[in-house]
Amino acid sequence: MNTAVVVFPGSNCDQDVMHAVAETLGTKVYAVWHRETSLPEGTDFVILPGGFSFGDYLRCGAMAARSPVMKAVSNHGKRGGLLLGICNGFQVLTECGLLPGALLPNRTLDFICRPCLLKVENVSTPFTSLFSRGQIVQFPIAHGDGLYTLPEDELKSLEDRNGVVFRYCGSDGGTGDAANPNGSANNIAGIVNSAGNILGLMPHPERASDPLLGGEDGRIFWKSVFSVFHKGGL
Amino acid sequence: MICRTSIFIELQEGVLDIQGKAVERSLASLGHDTVRSAKVGKYIQLRLECESPEAARKEAERMCDDLLVNNVIEQFRIEVEGE
Repeated sequence: MNTAVVVFPGSNCDQDVMHAVAETLGTKVYAVWHRETSLPEGTDFVILPGGFSFGDYLRCGAMAARSPVMKAVSNHGKRGGLLLGICNGFQVLTECGLLPGALLPNRTLDFICRPCLLKVENVSTPFTSLFSRGQIVQFPIAHGDGLYTLPEDELKSLEDRNGVVFRYCGSDGGTGDAANPNGSANNIAGIVNSAGNILGLMPHPERASDPLLGGEDGRIFWKSVFSVFHKGGL
Repeated sequence: MICRTSIFIELQEGVLDIQGKAVERSLASLGHDTVRSAKVGKYIQLRLECESPEAARKEAERMCDDLLVNNVIEQFRIEVEGE
């Protein structure tokens, strides 16, 4: 399984995610500069990392979504290739329309950087196949614009098709407002497209992939991708 | 001709404008009791080399679609000087 991590000017989690994937899976991981117009041959899994691409100017992820490499990334996703956007990468995926909705400034207007509990709501995705449904995991969040929003009717259809993969929760698994760090609609932390191959989430699984950093739940995330890939699922 | 083109971008009705709310509260705390609501948006000014103000407007609309506006959450209005 070959992984490509796209690097935009201002990305700052690219090295972390490359390390987490390579360390957990022992597979090849390539960095791809945003001005490239194609992905390395044989790329199976594309990751848009966290950071502040283009300084978050205009709107978070707006300019990165129009970078030269994004045509190839988009084609990869539309062909059914595995595509993951973490934090700023999630914002990029919504900006280019590969995922529905948008990310607004947190309701407190604070930049929030802390560990967060998440409930795994959908384990039928290639990214979550090794979690159990309802499992509570801890990934950190670090964002200023993480309030996920989309029109009421689209929110309903997202929920109806089980498109919500991760939801912010309390230690009892409750997904009430008290467990919502940023004001996201329905405590949404991560979603998947209808085909199931494109996932975006605000929390950082790569920052929970080593006990030294306070947790290993993120390793299950990478191992899920690897396991589905090797079963010929994608 | 050079057309001075102004683009005003604001959040759509119903989309939470948390920055507007913060401004509203801050003004109230300074004693400005006339404030009933505040909205925070963006203003982009372009100088466009176009044949006419109408052409400049069309060009600016294309730019809004291509990059400047996210139509999931935002709406915009364009003003072209001399139109």
